[in-house]
Amino acid sequence: MHYPPEYRYTKEHEWISVAGGVATVGITWHAQDKLGDIVFVELPAVGKALKADKDAATVESVKAVSPVYAPLTGTVTEVNTELEATPALINAEPHTNGWLFKMSLADAAEVDGLMDAAAYAAFAASDH
Amino acid sequence: MAIRRTPFHEFHRDAGARLIDFGGWEMPVQYKGILDEHAACRSAVGLFDVSHMGEVRFRGPKALDAVSWLVTNDVRAMRDGQAQYTAMCNPRGGIVDDLIVYRLGEEDILICVNAANREKDYNWMKANNPFNVDIQNESDTWAQLAIQGRHAEAILRALTDAPLPDYYRFTRGTVAGVEGCIIAGTGYTGEAGYELFLPAGAADILWNAIHAAGAPFGLANIGLGARDTLRLEMKYSLYGNDISDDTNPLEAGLGWVTKLDKGDFIGREPLLEVKRAGVSRRLVGLIVEGRIARAHAPVLHDGQLVGEVTSGSQSPSLKQNVAIAYVPVGLAAVGTRLQVDIRGTLANATVAKTPFYKRPY
Repeated sequence: MHYPPEYRYTKEHEWISVAGGVATVGITWHAQDKLGDIVFVELPAVGKALKADKDAATVESVKAVSPVYAPLTGTVTEVNTELEATPALINAEPHTNGWLFKMSLADAAEVDGLMDAAAYAAFAASDH
Repeated sequence: MAIRRTPFHEFHRDAGARLIDFGGWEMPVQYKGILDEHAACRSAVGLFDVSHMGEVRFRGPKALDAVSWLVTNDVRAMRDGQAQYTAMCNPRGGIVDDLIVYRLGEEDILICVNAANREKDYNWMKANNPFNVDIQNESDTWAQLAIQGRHAEAILRALTDAPLPDYYRFTRGTVAGVEGCIIAGTGYTGEAGYELFLPAGAADILWNAIHAAGAPFGLANIGLGARDTLRLEMKYSLYGNDISDDTNPLEAGLGWVTKLDKGDFIGREPLLEVKRAGVSRRLVGLIVEGRIARAHAPVLHDGQLVGEVTSGSQSPSLKQNVAIAYVPVGLAAVGTRLQVDIRGTLANATVAKTPFYKRPY
């Protein structure tokens, strides 16, 4: 699988794309593949304060409920409202149109602690 | 305990299945995806490996007496070639397992048991055998495939000269050149279709023949994930979720297979008492608004905890969130408004008519 090299990744299988102090967050191709058909998404309210590694959203497949953790500390600025009607976008385009939410960052340096694409690809390959 | 595999394991691997541990069995949970597989079964036809199910054989002059003592339904009313769904109860009236009984002959009965209960059921049957009949665990000698969907009949017609059975009947015959198969008009999906018992050694022949005959009809491999959503849409009970040693058949909606006047059987006394007093709760179908209720979610009425969800998912056919739950008998009427606590958020739910899904043909 191709993981965009400009993104950063977490051990919880989220990707983060940072531009101008705002991070876009989604789940990785590997995460959606493991979950299977996604049928319901619960997103945080805009304005909600998120703390790194705490629950931020919920993604549900036919069989399972999977929490999405905040990859960084900050505040939700926008959510992907298209997912309410079309949660399967996450399966179809996990790294682009299937993004979950955007957040402003309390500490941009937190991003440096995340994996790059090569490290994540190896991490995902070892996860069964 | 070592993980067990069915004779179709290599086929699942080759088909790209995702394999999971299901009650000690390495089984395909999905091939292409649960929604695709569900839709294929509803709109065309699906093939399920259900070889993990167990088979127990009762033989001898008292075989029917022995089975009748063990199960709730009236097996004596069956004729040769007939199948019957039933519960098997413990002395408290709780459900040891739900089964399908096949009458091969007056002195020859085959019982299909749930995969997770293979050993438990066999041991239970052996321990409760006052008629001393011959009881054999034949689970490893049989493989089992389910062919379910509107094209199931056409596929089997191409593979056998045996007459195809009606619903809850079965025939024995040669399928794709394999002798000694049992073709049963049973299933767990709500579609027309068959469950095929075959000698385990012939698994390769049957798998390839069914796929060859099924390809023109769009035959799809179906994993346990879609098997679960298909059965949920029919409100068919799943042992371990909706029914267990601690639920009785009357509250579980299995009164229709509980024949209290057929003569004595294990669990009859407590079930008579339940019937006299009236059940306190019922297994009902719920339509849940906005969120997906999963097993063990609390069910509330006016803020009070009144029951529990036993199975739940989004219904792929209805695009609605459906669930099965135990609720007090006073709140079991269709249309009753309830709530389900889904990880701390209350979702409105309504008791619904079941099955949720009705096939259009």
